[in-house]
Amino acid sequence: MKKTIIIIALLGIYNLSNAQNAKYIATMEHNIAILDTTRDAAILQNEANTFERIGNAEKAEWLPAYYAAYCYVNMTYSPKADVDTWCDKAETFLKKADSLSPNNSEIVTLQAQIASARISVSPMTRGQKYGTMAGELREKAKKLDATNPRPVYLEGTAFFYTPPMFGGGKDKAKVSFDKAKAMFETFKPVSTIAPHWGKNSTEYFLKQCEEKK
Amino acid sequence: MNKIITVFVLILLSVQSISSQTKISGKVTDQKKQTIPGANILIKGSYDGISSSVDGSYSFTANDTGEATIAVSFIGYETLEKKVRLTGKDIVFNPVLKEAFNELKVVTISAGTIEASDERRTTVLKPLDIVTTAGGLGDINGALKTLPGAQQVGESAELFVRGGTGAETKTIIDGMVVNNPFYSANPDIASRGRFSPFIFKGTVFSTGGYSAQYGQAMSSVLALETNDLPDRTSSTVAISSVGVGVGHNHLWKEKNMSAGADINYTNLTPYFNIVKQAPEYTAQPQFSGGSVNFRKKTSPSGIIKFYGYFNLSNFGFKTPSLDSTNGYKNLFELANTNVYTNLTYKERLGEKWVLNVGASYSTNVDKINLSFDTIRSQSDLSQGRVMVSRGIGKMSIIRAGAEYQYSFEGFNIKGTSYGYHFENRTNVYDNYSAEFVEADVFLSQKLVMRLGGRGEYSTIMNKYVTAPRASVSYKTGDYSTVSFAYGQFYQKPERNFLLNPQIPGYNKATHYIANIQKVDDFHTLRLEIYYKKYDNLTLYNPDSAATLTRTVSNNGYGYAQGLDLFWRDKKTFNGVDYWISYTYLDTKRLYLYYPKEVTPPFAATHTATLVFKKFFVKQNLSTGFTYTYASGRPYNNPRNTPSEFMSQSTIDYNSLGVNCAFLKQIKKCFAVLAFAVTNVFGQDQVFGYRYSYDLQRSQAITPPAKRFFFVGLFLSFGTDRSKDVINNNN
Repeated sequence: MKKTIIIIALLGIYNLSNAQNAKYIATMEHNIAILDTTRDAAILQNEANTFERIGNAEKAEWLPAYYAAYCYVNMTYSPKADVDTWCDKAETFLKKADSLSPNNSEIVTLQAQIASARISVSPMTRGQKYGTMAGELREKAKKLDATNPRPVYLEGTAFFYTPPMFGGGKDKAKVSFDKAKAMFETFKPVSTIAPHWGKNSTEYFLKQCEEKK
Repeated sequence: MNKIITVFVLILLSVQSISSQTKISGKVTDQKKQTIPGANILIKGSYDGISSSVDGSYSFTANDTGEATIAVSFIGYETLEKKVRLTGKDIVFNPVLKEAFNELKVVTISAGTIEASDERRTTVLKPLDIVTTAGGLGDINGALKTLPGAQQVGESAELFVRGGTGAETKTIIDGMVVNNPFYSANPDIASRGRFSPFIFKGTVFSTGGYSAQYGQAMSSVLALETNDLPDRTSSTVAISSVGVGVGHNHLWKEKNMSAGADINYTNLTPYFNIVKQAPEYTAQPQFSGGSVNFRKKTSPSGIIKFYGYFNLSNFGFKTPSLDSTNGYKNLFELANTNVYTNLTYKERLGEKWVLNVGASYSTNVDKINLSFDTIRSQSDLSQGRVMVSRGIGKMSIIRAGAEYQYSFEGFNIKGTSYGYHFENRTNVYDNYSAEFVEADVFLSQKLVMRLGGRGEYSTIMNKYVTAPRASVSYKTGDYSTVSFAYGQFYQKPERNFLLNPQIPGYNKATHYIANIQKVDDFHTLRLEIYYKKYDNLTLYNPDSAATLTRTVSNNGYGYAQGLDLFWRDKKTFNGVDYWISYTYLDTKRLYLYYPKEVTPPFAATHTATLVFKKFFVKQNLSTGFTYTYASGRPYNNPRNTPSEFMSQSTIDYNSLGVNCAFLKQIKKCFAVLAFAVTNVFGQDQVFGYRYSYDLQRSQAITPPAKRFFFVGLFLSFGTDRSKDVINNNN
């Protein structure tokens, strides 16, 4: 009987932790789905808060901090963006994510995106410093995971928004976007909550590249 | 048995539903009672929490019971924590968030200071502006002359600020004084600054009331800060209508060390063949020189920098002598050798302390051949500087430092006068030492006081002086600041008086400045009024013609007062960036040989500048123009009586400079093709008049040519600069 009770108790604990894990996955899935459909800064701010709260409870997981950073980076593309402040905030979350999961291609990809976002504050004066930094981080992300399509997609956007006189342009961008598209076809996220963004945007930009010709 | 298991499992699974829930609600505001939407309210260690809504209100249910901590956070505010007991009873909590320390929101001292920097966001200029300002021809001082406070003194490259002479402005690189920042020239033709604007990451142009860190400048300080490590390895090639240059800068793979060198050669012969010059050149101007630099990060916060510069130049020309009726021409030939070196080390010591150490050696030799005389003039300067600063609290800082300068001035003249051969040699040495202490005391994020003082001793002056400095800035709004500054400034007399047998003492200026500034990301508005009092200016008897025997005193005096206005707008017109400067100056002084207190010839009452820049993205074209106006400057007609001294005025000064640059990336090479023209309309410019000894003949002092044309191709090869240069993704 004693034995049975212990077994039952253990079973119960297992169930509890399983329930906790299920709660984590379900909460993450729910909020990631919101990210997939919005660009609104106010919603992204709420989502960043939510991911911060999840990270506050799930101290060993890197994804909540990663997604909080993802929200802040994407907020910088909204009008009236406080680019540097939000990039600083995103970087503190990425630092936390990096300490939980070092040498992670996805985290390095977001670091590259932050560097690119900072350029918009003053393209003429910041272009060289942050452009170089973003380029190097993208290359590092590619090296860490050669199958990750997101750094390739970011490379496409970098070319897309760089005038041809500085070596960018739609033709160059298209090469990267084509490559990213092919990679997205074969890329399988490791879980339902692992980063999977970028596919739709790649297709959107590919259309833009073709249209303007 | 099955029943028991079921019960257990049910109990275990329903723990949460059995426990009581606590509703927590309230409203998030800041200290000014403004609501904060989007703030994050959470129970530490749990999923529970919510974001505040548009009106700052929030409400959520906490599922845990017992002791818990509520944390409320939002960007730009300090996180607020509160311990609560969750019992199931509703909790109302209205958090009031305190604004976090934010460097951008902290007041900065702005009286008398115009800064160009990438690091601080709210600066009047960016380093790139210095290169892209039309009329400046890529010269730092040329660009600074478009700012209020600076005079348009077309016959000199020096900066004449607020009624001060060119010698009253000191150029400083990484804290170390530069004795000869301009190419040597003859007195009536402007030269250029020696240093490329591309080697500096920051420029601070102070038109008065500056920090106790700086001494021996009565009117202005131009403080330049050299670049840290470059972003990448790169090579440059420059080919222009006046010369060629190549350079290479290598960045080590670990990105903690870089070294670079460049050489350039300028020869104006081809240009002068095409564009006629007024003087008749006996030797066409030639400049050959280069620079080396080395930078090493000694730790994450420590950096050693070395910069070395050398240049050799020579030119010569003849101009018709005013004293001759049979066409005799005066000769002026100059050969110059200049070396400037600068070694600095900066390191953080522990949490609070920062150490700055520097050493510099420079030498300048001018060999001048005149019709009857030859002159050899040499200036050497060795200097060392130490400064420590310590942060106090979050914002306040105290700085203290010491400087030592050992200078040598040598002047040697040989010639024949009325068939009599003479040679005169004068050597002067000076040991100058100074110590300073200064504190930036923040009484709040909005109010800062800078109090400091400087003690200076020079063996040649044989006198110790102390110069107090003070300024106060108050931030009246998110973008606006009001500032006041006061300071006393001592300066040794100009070089030629140091070579006099009887050496006068320090000259002195006292500044009073009031400033209003409004700066946001796209606009800058600055209004500054000032009063400057000059004491102990150098004065000598005009009748003692012989330079070396005249009696000199410190009985001169003067004043300058006026208003400086600056407006810059990067937003109103699409793709257009423009600024307007206006300077009103009222100044008089009794100095040198002046018989009475008058407005000196380097001061115009009104000066106005319009700088316009437009970038055509599709055409890869950057264009701009600068229009400058200055009212006529006084000059002395020696035919007049002494009571009419300096009473005549030159014609007004007008000049339109234009530039354009075409940019193109060709593979890994970034190319810039630049054109520039000064005084496009060829408007007449007169800087003063010269008179013959017998006063029978006079001649206007004018530029050597109406316009200057420049065409240049600049190529830069690096490890792909193309990525993300311009990202419009916002």
